[in-house]
Amino acid sequence: MPVPADHHFYLDLARCIGCNACVQACTECDTHKGVSMIQLDFVDRSRSTQTVPVVCMHCDQPTCAEVCPADAIKRTEDGVVQTAHKARCIACNNCVLACPFGVPKMHDTASLMMKCDMCYDRTSRGLKPMCASVCPSQALFFGTHEEIETLRPASRAIDNFRFGAQVVSTRVRMLVPRTFAEPLLAISAPLERAASAEPADPLLANLYQENDA
Amino acid sequence: MSARDPDELTIPPDGRPTAQQPRWRRDFPIDVPQDQYVARREFSKFLVLTSFAFVVGQIWILAKSLLGRRPAFTGTPVARIDELAVGSFRQFEYPGPGEPKLLVRLSEHEVVAFDQRCTHLSCPVHPQVERGLFHCPCHKGSFDLATGRPLSGPPRRPLPRVDLELRDGVVWAVGVTERTS
Repeated sequence: MPVPADHHFYLDLARCIGCNACVQACTECDTHKGVSMIQLDFVDRSRSTQTVPVVCMHCDQPTCAEVCPADAIKRTEDGVVQTAHKARCIACNNCVLACPFGVPKMHDTASLMMKCDMCYDRTSRGLKPMCASVCPSQALFFGTHEEIETLRPASRAIDNFRFGAQVVSTRVRMLVPRTFAEPLLAISAPLERAASAEPADPLLANLYQENDA
Repeated sequence: MSARDPDELTIPPDGRPTAQQPRWRRDFPIDVPQDQYVARREFSKFLVLTSFAFVVGQIWILAKSLLGRRPAFTGTPVARIDELAVGSFRQFEYPGPGEPKLLVRLSEHEVVAFDQRCTHLSCPVHPQVERGLFHCPCHKGSFDLATGRPLSGPPRRPLPRVDLELRDGVVWAVGVTERTS
């Protein structure tokens, strides 16, 4: 049974409080016991306590699958990009390096790439993913478009992201403020700005000086 | 944001339609339904080729049984009858090396020889003359000492029998009779 087409994963990163409940819940899942498929990243630890949960975005053009030389990464008809096929994965790390979101992780003991599959065992049976079911601030939300419209009237969902020249559309949606007018989220824009303009960050300034010298 | 067609193919990075994509994209699709799809032509090809392989196998078995008959056995002296005490046995290799056989003297006028390899999984059988059987230790199979017929355990076929002749007090092996029951 596929994941219902009207159910989507919504990420509201501003609501993340860094409690690690999602990581813990993911670790407890029976299909990959003891290994978390979600990671909690700090945005800029020197300036802010803001954390970001990183789940697979389930791209419509999965870069991980595009670069897989072993034909191991597949996308089911409901748009969920699955963990690498155990019998096919050659542990080459191509997907780990290529994914713009940094999602796939290589598990060297099993020589297998394992990644978030939106808790396929749960969502394909109408349940919420583990992380979304435990998130206390609902930074991770799984439900319909109508539900999220009611819950977050000040936000709108975005499913297009730009990384340099690459534009990726995803099944997982990210909530941005309604005041944000851009049609897509340019993830790499701050880096591009920093590279072209005079760096305001003293740490980045040092970096550039080192490079120049 | 648009509602997604569930059968929609993964869009290649260049965005061109499937027909314009290189051939390998159709051979190694990213989507599971396309990856697992078996066309009628492929399925029929599989059926025909598999049936053909079965036919070839049958012909091969037939040819092997018709052409591959082993040459006629040549006689080999095995033991002098007076060196073999009643109730004793001797191992010998016949018709060639690596084909162990067991020669058993049952009584004054009775000498038998059988293949030593159990007809179940080719473990060597051990004669237990006092119990009147060949015992296979691997799966506790046993064969009758006088006839080679299976008595208990997994073996279902009797041990191949070695045809013997007595020439001037010497026991000669002159052939092997394989039996199915």
